[in-house]
Amino acid sequence: MLKRTPLFSAHQRAGGKLIEFGGWEMPVQYSTITDEHLCVRRAAGIFDISHMGEVLVSGPSAEAFLNATLTNDARKLSVGLGQYTLLCNERGGVIDDLYCYRTGPADFLLIINASRITDDVAWLEQRLASFTERVAVKIENISALTGAVAIQGPRTPGLLDQLFPEPATAGTMVSKPSELKKNQIGRFKFEGLLCWVARTGYSGEDGFEVITPDTLIEPLWTQALKLGHPCCLQPCGLGARDTLRTEVCYPLYGHELDENTTPIEAGLGFFVALDKGDFTGRDVLAAQKANGTSKKLVAFKMTGASPPPRPHYAIFAEGQKVGDVTSGTQSPSLNCGIGMGYVPPALAMPGTPLEIEVRGRRFPALVVKKPIYSRPA
Amino acid sequence: MSTQIPADLRYAKSHEWLRIAGDLATVGITDHAQHELTDIVFVELPAVGRALKAGEACAVVESVKTASDIYAPASGEVVEVNKALEASPALVNSEPYGAGWFFKLKLANEQDTTALLTPDAYKAQVGG
Repeated sequence: MLKRTPLFSAHQRAGGKLIEFGGWEMPVQYSTITDEHLCVRRAAGIFDISHMGEVLVSGPSAEAFLNATLTNDARKLSVGLGQYTLLCNERGGVIDDLYCYRTGPADFLLIINASRITDDVAWLEQRLASFTERVAVKIENISALTGAVAIQGPRTPGLLDQLFPEPATAGTMVSKPSELKKNQIGRFKFEGLLCWVARTGYSGEDGFEVITPDTLIEPLWTQALKLGHPCCLQPCGLGARDTLRTEVCYPLYGHELDENTTPIEAGLGFFVALDKGDFTGRDVLAAQKANGTSKKLVAFKMTGASPPPRPHYAIFAEGQKVGDVTSGTQSPSLNCGIGMGYVPPALAMPGTPLEIEVRGRRFPALVVKKPIYSRPA
Repeated sequence: MSTQIPADLRYAKSHEWLRIAGDLATVGITDHAQHELTDIVFVELPAVGRALKAGEACAVVESVKTASDIYAPASGEVVEVNKALEASPALVNSEPYGAGWFFKLKLANEQDTTALLTPDAYKAQVGG
């Protein structure tokens, strides 16, 4: 039995086409992927991300525990600030990629992938059991009690100010959501209940993610669509979420990341703080940073007319198979095939010619600098 | 939005249409199919001269989301393909029964085309 978010009936009413994703029944699109994608790039889109997991880590030693468990440096987070970070095993392999927000002096909120909730919580609890200051840390999985939406696109700041007209009461103490800077989070009231609003997203556009008690998500969704009418806000599905993030080369767990792939191989070294002291996987990651890796994640563009690249298609260079596509699609913004995949480091330089095999035929591609798409300045 | 099902065509259960004139059939995919597929970005057509058996996968339509097989709605030899789809695959979305046609088949002799659907039968299948 697939799990459903509190917005399931809202998706049905909006004509969403529902598919299975990570054990959840989720909308892949309401109109078309291209239409929703371009709407986010040009105006505004709202996505149900209630399937994602939320874990609270709190207590006097929460920061020390997270710093021993996650790759990024939680000490850099002042109250009301978040960071992208990774949860690794002892081999440096990625258990999950996530956002970690400091919501109070000793309170952290982790936003984790839907398909990884069980594994992440089990891993965190196991690490906590061997953490010396474990009595001063509490882990609470609130995923089942929580809903969330992502509201993304250049026209979203004004909409968020309308949705949340009162000043923040915790986190970053701004007078309205549009005053939040990238990666900042504030607590706002909606219909008398408390929500977290963070300026972040997975689309490569300006935007926000709103985390609420599960009962609040449907009224919030409805109100956002009503107030969002003048800025052309559209409901958007996982299809557009995937093409948007692929254009800007954000990794997707299970595609670019898994327990046998490290953040260094994935090009995420920026989020690995080797200077903060010991943490799980550090030895492997430090060695890879110093000595290099055997594979590197590259972005590529198809150079001529070709079918869109898809996950698991083979990548060739000079007649040899050199890797597999991890994510691939037709780019709605660039109108050409784009993708990512792992290749030997010698083939990772932008400009390197590759070929992608589609149904037995090979089509030319070029390694390009990440991100594949940048929003116009 | 109700789906277009022209009265002068025959249909396959797998959502292809045929416009039959003598022993020649023009083949494409239905309005319902293009609507379900959305955003067609690439069409891979069979080679001219290829002999197709009814029901055989013979072309591929790629949307942003996925690749889908297209099946030969009747047996015959491919005598022409719509080269315009190479540069403009979106014609399949905008004109599924016109400029978005896929290929022309010289129908094989003595084949049973009674399995093909009438417009009413296809309409019943897609609930249009």
